[in-house]
Amino acid sequence: MAIETGTVAGSDAPAAAPGPRHAKPRSDRVLSSIGELLITAGVTLGLFVVWQLFYTDIQAGRLQDAALGELDWVDPVAAHGTTDSGLSIPEAVQLIPQDQMHFTLDGAPIVPTPRIAEAFATLMVPRWGGGYVKPISEGVSRREVLDTLGIGHYPNTAMPGELGNFAVAGHRTTYGKPFADVDQLKIGDALVVQTADAWFVYRVTDTSFVLPKDVYVIDPNPANPGAAPVTASITLTTCHPKFSAAQRFIVHGEFVYWAPVGVGVPPELYEELT
Amino acid sequence: MYAALWRRLPGPAWARVAQLVALAIIVIFVLFEYVFPWVSELLPYQETTVGE
Repeated sequence: MAIETGTVAGSDAPAAAPGPRHAKPRSDRVLSSIGELLITAGVTLGLFVVWQLFYTDIQAGRLQDAALGELDWVDPVAAHGTTDSGLSIPEAVQLIPQDQMHFTLDGAPIVPTPRIAEAFATLMVPRWGGGYVKPISEGVSRREVLDTLGIGHYPNTAMPGELGNFAVAGHRTTYGKPFADVDQLKIGDALVVQTADAWFVYRVTDTSFVLPKDVYVIDPNPANPGAAPVTASITLTTCHPKFSAAQRFIVHGEFVYWAPVGVGVPPELYEELT
Repeated sequence: MYAALWRRLPGPAWARVAQLVALAIIVIFVLFEYVFPWVSELLPYQETTVGE
């Protein structure tokens, strides 16, 4: 072989003659290529970790802010005027008067079933800070909703204020992590949901850890799975422990009252937290 | 492998460095926007829903 290449060298340009770089044995070149591939793989894995831990928050945060911005009924005062202490009520804020609070589900405006990936409500949780307002979108597929728009509503579960269980899922780590502080929720904490037409105030009744297959937690009557619902409840599901798929962190809440939009904001947004 | 890439790029050294930087930015962009989101969906550790 080597002799043959030597005999035809004249037909090629002289530059084709082996230079010092090509003088390395073939096995060396293969080895160094494998080494370079391994380094590349290592760098790519490192990039994946950086992407997962930091960039998904930026990416999803942008999309979630945009989804929130498209909901023109989001009250800017309610969204940004609350304080972390939960004590001082800004002057501009009008609280919902007692006579506008409906403590039964009768007459509650129910959102018609949205299309997948459509934002139709917002969630506010005073325990998670004054500025906490996140959009809730239809569907729980990772790509279409949870990894992008944030909180997703389990299709075919009840809508806010509807008899049954309004069940939503969200990330606890990365992708904007809407449920990052789920472990700080206490029994009695307010979960406030707003739609275009109404406010729905729920209070946390219990938190638990279940296995991923335990779908009874999103049953219409989660307290008594299989039975007909007796009230409107809300359920949050997220991962547990953090960065693990072993279990799910479940928060149940029960309906307290609803009120029409436009008469003020729920006083629960400003209540003192203990 | 990378040595061959370096030899193949045209221009003086600084121009080759610039081309490699541009190439790296393109590769990282494609990874971050398309490849990693797809890969992460196949990994189970980020599941938040009940079911299956």
